[in-house]
Order: sequence, then C-alpha cells, then structure tokens
Amino acid sequence: MKMNSNQKRLLKIIVGASAYAAGIVFKVDERVTLAVFLVAFLIIGGDVVLRALKNISRGQIFDENFLMSIATIGAFFIGDYAEGVAVMLFYQVGELFQSYAVNKSRKSIASLMDIRPDYANVQRGEALERVDPDEVRLDEIIVIKAGEKIPLDSVVVEGNSTVDTSALTGESLPREVSQGDVLLSGCININGLLTARVIKEFGESTVSKILDLVENASSKKSNSENFITIFARYYTPGVVIVAALLAVIPPLLIEGAAFSDWLYRALVFLVISCPCALVISIPLSFFGGIGGASRSGILVKGSNYLEALSKTEIVVFDKTGTLTKGVFKVQDVVPVGIEKEQLLELTAYAESYSNHPISLSLKQAYGREIDASRIKNVEEIPGHGVLASIEGKDVAAGNSKLMKKLAVDLHEPEGAVGTIVHVAINLTYSGYIIIADELKEDAVKAIRDLKEERIRQTVMLTGDAKLIGEKVAGQLGMDKVYTELLPADKVDKVEALIAAKSAKGKLTFVGDGTNDAPVLARADIGIAMGGLGSDAAIEAADIVIMTDEPSKVAAAVKISKKTLGIVKQNIALALTVKAAVLILGAVGIASMWAAVFADVGVAVLAILNAIRMLNVKKLG
Amino acid sequence: MKKTFKLEGLDCANCAAKIEHGVKALDGVSSATVNFMTTKMVIEGDDTKFEEIEKAAMAIAKRIEPDVVIKKA
Repeated sequence: MKMNSNQKRLLKIIVGASAYAAGIVFKVDERVTLAVFLVAFLIIGGDVVLRALKNISRGQIFDENFLMSIATIGAFFIGDYAEGVAVMLFYQVGELFQSYAVNKSRKSIASLMDIRPDYANVQRGEALERVDPDEVRLDEIIVIKAGEKIPLDSVVVEGNSTVDTSALTGESLPREVSQGDVLLSGCININGLLTARVIKEFGESTVSKILDLVENASSKKSNSENFITIFARYYTPGVVIVAALLAVIPPLLIEGAAFSDWLYRALVFLVISCPCALVISIPLSFFGGIGGASRSGILVKGSNYLEALSKTEIVVFDKTGTLTKGVFKVQDVVPVGIEKEQLLELTAYAESYSNHPISLSLKQAYGREIDASRIKNVEEIPGHGVLASIEGKDVAAGNSKLMKKLAVDLHEPEGAVGTIVHVAINLTYSGYIIIADELKEDAVKAIRDLKEERIRQTVMLTGDAKLIGEKVAGQLGMDKVYTELLPADKVDKVEALIAAKSAKGKLTFVGDGTNDAPVLARADIGIAMGGLGSDAAIEAADIVIMTDEPSKVAAAVKISKKTLGIVKQNIALALTVKAAVLILGAVGIASMWAAVFADVGVAVLAILNAIRMLNVKKLG
Repeated sequence: MKKTFKLEGLDCANCAAKIEHGVKALDGVSSATVNFMTTKMVIEGDDTKFEEIEKAAMAIAKRIEPDVVIKKA
C-alpha cells in the first residue's frame, strides 16, 4: 500500500506518541527514560531536524524547522525531555491539521474554478475527433453534445438547445440558443446537440480570460497583504533576537536567576516565531472572496480592488445601459381626433425608412409587417422629422420644430418624460407618441441594496435631458443626479465627487464599459456591466459584472465587506494570541504548550475562518 | 516574456512568500508572484535573460523548499 505524505505523517505521530506515553509511564531509570524520549523525539521530529540541517547547509537559517529544532533540543538540554517531545508532537499534529486544511481549501478553490473544458469534439473531414481545446483553430466546426462544456467561443450553425451559463454569470436561468447565436466557452450545453463554428481560439476564449483573470488577481496585492509580507519579514528575526537576549541578559543581571529558567522562556519565544497563521490565511481569504465573487458573475481583477470596494462611500452610476436597458420603447400613444391604433400605424409607416432607435421602437410597438408599397414620397428633414404620403394621407412625424414649420397647432404634453414624436395628418394635429428608455428590472433593488450596505451616496450621471434624468433618479431613490453631461463632463463630475468625499472613503463608478473608459479609469474603483463577451469592458474596468444586473454591485460590496471582516478577524486573532503568549512567556507564565498553540493552533483556526469565504457564492 | 510554473508540493506559505521575494529580486525580472493556493509561480521578465532567470528561479525555489517539484505549466 502506498501512503500519501499526510498518512505517513499520521503514522509517525501515532508511533511517536506511543513511545512518548511509554516514556512517561515507565519511569525506571533516568538514562532509560532519556533513551525512550530520544527515540520518540526522533520518530516524531527527526524529519524536522534533518530539514533544518539541510537548510542551514543551503544558507537558509531562521526557518520554522530550525526554530522548532532549537526549541525542542533546548528543552532536552534543560532536562525537560517530556516537554521537548510533547512540543514536537503537538507541532507535528498542528502541521498535519494545517496541511489538511490547506488541501481542503485548495480543493474548494479548484472546484470554484472548474469551468475549464477538457476537450473539444472537432469535425475534421468525415471524422469527429476529440482534441484538446488548445488545438482547435479558428473557423473549425465543433460539436457539443448534451451535458458537455462548451470548449471555445463559437457561433451555432446547427441545432437548438438550452445552455447553463451559471458558472460564468451566477445566473441560474438557462439560456435558449439556436442557429446564429454566440456560445461562450465555459457554459454547459444542457439538452440539444449543437454544431458550431469557432470564433475565438482557446487562449482568447471567454473561459481562458476569466480563469486567467481570477488566478492572477492575487498578484495585485491588497494593503493587508502587503502589511503581512513586511510584518513576516521582520517578525521572525525580531523574535529570535529577543529570545537570544532573554536567554543571556537576565541571568547575568538578576542575582540568583537560573540560566535554565530563562533559557526555557527563550525557547518559548522560538516556538512562536513563525508568522504562518497570517501568511497563509490572509491571501486565502482574498482568494476565496475573489473566487466566490467570480461564481456570482462578478470578476474582481485584484485583491486591492476587493479591499477598496469595502471602503466605498459613493457609488456613481451611468444611466443609459447601466440602470436603464438602453433600449427605447413606446411608453404612451395619445391620439387627437383619430384612433390610437391608426396613429401608431401611420407613425410607424412614416418612420419605417429610418434605422434610428426611435423608428425601431415604433416599428416594434406596431408589431406588424410594414407594407412598403403603401408609402410614397418619403422626405426626411434633419433635426425635425419625416414627411411621407401613406395611401393618400400626408403624414408628418417629428418634433415640435417640425410642427411649427408646418404651421400646425400642437398640443405640448406636460410632465411627459422621454422623446416625443408629434404627428400631423393632412396638416391637422393628430396627437403624439412618447418613447423612452426603460429601467432595468433590478434597478430599484440595486440602489436599495446599496443603501442597506451603508453606502453614503448614490449618484447618477447622464447625458440625457434634465427632466428625463431627474425622473429616473427619483424613481430609483438616488441621492443626486447630474444631467445633460457630455462624456468629458462626466470625468469632471467624478473628480469633484472624489474631492468632496472623506479621505479614506472610495468612489466607485459603474458604467457599461463601452464609452466610459476615462471615467472608469479615473474612479477609485471602476465597475463595468455586461462583461460577458465584451472584451472592452473587461479591459477597462477593475471589476467586471458579467450580467446586465446593476444589483450585483451591492452583492460585490457585500462580498468585499465579508472578506475584509474575516481578514481583520484573522489579523487580530493571530496578533493578540502571539503577543499574549510572548508576554506571558517572557515573565515565565506561558509554557511551551501555550506557545505551540499560539503557533500552529492559531494557524489552523485562521485557515478554517478563511475557508468560510469559499462559501460566498450563496451571497450573490 | 511571461511564464507560469507549477510548484508541486508547495506546503508552506511563508516559503512561498520567500520564493516570491527572491525571484522578484533577480536581475531582469519585472514581476513575479507565487500563489500559495494555486501553487503557481508566474514570472515576467526580459526575453533575452529569460533562460538565466528561469534557472535562477528554480534554484531559489529548490533552496527554500527542497521538496518542491517545479513543472512548466
């Protein structure tokens, strides 16, 4: 039977512990006892001592192995054989626990990132070959069977199916796909058989980009991590120096002080001189937070951004495409002297030659085929509207300027928000149609959730008219709105808001990532929406929300606060326990047992605490 | 040039930090990270010096964590 390293370790611990127990129970002769304890020590800690010696030969002093060896061998010299063995025993048990905990969290992380496709079925000649996704070239035809992962970004050429995008977006509702639809790698084909043409090589495909982003996110370190790195560099040498002084100076200065007593206290110091608890658990917490967020469809590009997000004071939203759908829709049809349906029909016909979003929304509201033969003499007047003759009727559709130009008396609606299309038939005013952008379903929730996360201020920026902007902001309950802004004005406004906030607070800007790159860059944290399939958004932002839901902003804030909470708990736990044991050890109260707990015990507790972050997907 | 290595058997977080610190200080390296959780080391550096960088980085990893097996990923 082949044992893995942890099983070997466990066996050694059990055998060594038995020898240790034998040494305690059978107290025959001093020399025999020493021999038994020495054997127990070598079984349990032989590898630690060996590694320490090897490392010294390579010029690596002051590592954990060396410090533990000195501490335990020192205990033997003082005559505390039993304690020397016990401390090594507990150290090894703690290391074993730590190793289990690290393995467990590595597995959880691996499963979080288990979106990488293993193979692609590619059509080459007559045969269907199963190859590594890396080997598939552009424009090759791949086949995705039910239950398989989509290996590369591709376009459906044949077949219908539903795909599960939850691994990328956190969205549990499956998406219907058919011919012409884009398939994103990393999604799972649920039922149908799909044949698709590859549009991006594997390295450029969505799944590779996401994995790359999440794995490399830890290279952008947070302030907490930088603190730990620096702390770790000075902590160990510092403690060792203090330990050396503690062993030498008091016995010289204090009369009657026993050297062995002070040496023991110094050994206690050595046992807790590894900063492992912090070094493992802090990056692990951030990693878990970033991994969990990615499962909810929120890609965070660095630990630093996750940390900054928890300090957000102001959240600034762009309006169109972020809080609203960015799609125009007919909101109201108000006829004067004719039927509602007829007004809509004639307007849709008159506007049918244009591809302007307004015309498209009219056509959509009309909902029937446009019979082009019914329209004659279409004339567009730029900045005004359109004139057309439809089955003998002279239809004019456009803004109030057009009506004035035609000398038609119009009825200007009060309090209407949106773009208004006035219509005159044979130079008689016949009513108007209001077209406006729609709020996203979760826009109200997005702002409410942010308030619940104690964000001090929510602000909307828009290029739209004052009336429209203020109405939308009012519906959402936002604190401030700035309207009629040109793209450059948005940067100025964000700068003014940054200047006005408190020094520690951060400003987060949320946009759709297509034309607000300067603002995304200027804000402390830039969040782009709708990142799925949009390289521009992924490029420009610090945090990317894969779906179109603005409510994910609050979810991201929540995840960041939870991560930082755990980080702070772990730092406080480790520093307090270590400081306490160091002080108690110096005055001779804390034993080596306490020191072992402060070392490996705290490390295990901190790792277990950090692992909680890996369950974060339930939050999103 | 940017290359990723897998450090199999990386068991000690402090060592990971030490390896990272050591590799960062190598001549020609613009950035280096060792991720303890994914056990991956990513090195970015001069194309012309990359071969030496790779050798030196492996030596550092071996010196700090002798049990580690380094693989190209």
